[in-house]
Amino acid sequence: MATELKFPDSAAKAAGAEQEFSPEQMSLSMGPSHPSTHGVLRLQLELDGEIVIKCDPVVGYLHRGDEKIAENMTYNQFVPYTDRLDYLAPLANNMAYAIAVERLVKLEVPARCQAIRVLTAEMARISSHLMGLGAFGLDVGAWTVLVHSLNQREHLYKLFEELTGARFTTSYTRIGGVSRDVPAGWLDRVGAFCDQFLPALEEILALLTRNKIFLDRTVGVGVITKADAIAYGITGPNLRGSGIALDLRKDKPYSGYEQYEFDVPVGTKGDSYDRYLVRGEEMRQSVRIVRQIIKNFPGGDWFARDARKIFAPPKDKILSSMEELIQNFMLVTEGPQMPAGEVYFEAENPKGILGFYVVSKGGGVPWRLKIRSPSFCNLSILPKICVGCLISDVVTLLGSLDFVMGECDR
Amino acid sequence: MAVLTLERKPLTFAERTYLPQIFGGLKTTFAHLVRKKQTLEYPEHRPAIPPGYRGVPTLVMDPNGREKCVSCQLCEFVCPPKAIRITPGEISPDAPNSHVEKAPQAFEIDMLRCIYCGLCQEVCPEEAIFLQNQFSMSGYTRAEMVHDKARLYELGGTLPDKHLKWDHKKAAAAHGNAH
Ligand code: SF4
Ligand code: SF4
Repeated sequence: MATELKFPDSAAKAAGAEQEFSPEQMSLSMGPSHPSTHGVLRLQLELDGEIVIKCDPVVGYLHRGDEKIAENMTYNQFVPYTDRLDYLAPLANNMAYAIAVERLVKLEVPARCQAIRVLTAEMARISSHLMGLGAFGLDVGAWTVLVHSLNQREHLYKLFEELTGARFTTSYTRIGGVSRDVPAGWLDRVGAFCDQFLPALEEILALLTRNKIFLDRTVGVGVITKADAIAYGITGPNLRGSGIALDLRKDKPYSGYEQYEFDVPVGTKGDSYDRYLVRGEEMRQSVRIVRQIIKNFPGGDWFARDARKIFAPPKDKILSSMEELIQNFMLVTEGPQMPAGEVYFEAENPKGILGFYVVSKGGGVPWRLKIRSPSFCNLSILPKICVGCLISDVVTLLGSLDFVMGECDR
Repeated sequence: MAVLTLERKPLTFAERTYLPQIFGGLKTTFAHLVRKKQTLEYPEHRPAIPPGYRGVPTLVMDPNGREKCVSCQLCEFVCPPKAIRITPGEISPDAPNSHVEKAPQAFEIDMLRCIYCGLCQEVCPEEAIFLQNQFSMSGYTRAEMVHDKARLYELGGTLPDKHLKWDHKKAAAAHGNAH
């Protein structure tokens, strides 16, 4: 039996096409593996020509279930996982986590330990901002910035390597202290780094600050108003770029930040350019803090010596004394002993406010650990500020928000 | 509270012509051209590794050639990604170090799982496991990347030992004072 073929009436089809879909709009999937999305972020864009009319960030490609992992190991075993949150500033994460758990048992670490932690956190801030700056430069087409900022970051990584044994995944803090004391002569090398860093930073920033091409791409782009910044829970340099001087290092000082003198830079308009300016200035301020710490570096213990149920005994004691050997076994297998209770601690990390909410039912393993990651909250504004932008501006917006997917998806 | 408001000055006419930036950028580039080289021709030249570096985990012997690990399995327990597998074993009674009683029969570290965190070295009560200088590890198969005991000792070699705790124990036992 012959099939009767029907041919569509082309005239009728053309007439109905207008209602069926509008040819002006296009949906575009940017990412998850796109060089400008800084990791594995996917943006589901609706475009009207070159103009973005809707932006839908899709997160979760890097989800590893860190919060659940934490419930299955002792407090100290989780330290390496905090490296992998904001992996551009692992030392700052290590510190925030350690302080959060220490607050649970109301343990104050000695002044030297606090100073080491602040010092490393500020160096991590510099290295994170350098990377953010370099990537932002790259997003607007300024290659040179990336090359020079990575060179400076390399100097920092050399110092981290010497201090912690690893360049990237530092795993430096322990509950009640740090994994090792600063090596001999290390502080001098940090000082020498600061001396050569400030001129180099000026050189890098001079490539962008008054550069007309850069200004054309950033001034007035992606404006986040004060009200929006607060409503969306934005923190860190992105918030300060909008003109709100919230900095936990000043407002709720922890780990001895109150002793150091530094300024909190804020922007005036809240556009991409302001966020860039804030990051540049924060690096200068971090150098100020680092120099103050080096100048008055406290002596004494670098771990809480009296917290025998929390911090492991010194190694040569473990090797020579039965009591310390047993103590070491107990600490490793049972974990640092914490009372039941819950605590929320947030620290001013390079990307914004990183919070740890720890619920303990006693013992050495958290019952629940919640991480408030600044990158995730900062990304929430994206659907709002992308609308009306050109698609090429989306790239610069992502660069100016400076997020890290490891932390966003955790 | 010291708040620093970042002012911005409008671009001057000269700056709006792009020219100062172009020449400024060229100046930076050429200045760096004649400065000290910042890169390293890896792998012909290798970076200097500072002491205390956390490279590939290895097992070490003491200067008398005794294997130090007593297979207490503390490192296996602490390893966050569970990269270590240990099968404990006995030391034969006629061996010179029989008083140590235990040594691992098998000891495997899965380098595809290891995250180089250094916790194993930190907790080991015998200073038997060390993260040493080697930082690049590669292999053609997955099986090759699981280091067995022989490979771990080959990588580790011998390290100086300040304590020689088991030799002291043996000497003390010979004097009839075991503890
Ligand atoms: S390497 Fe150290 S911690 Fe691991 S089983 Fe041997 S003695 Fe114990
Ligand atoms: S370095 Fe860390 S991950 Fe690797 S074997 Fe040791 S404890 Fe496990």
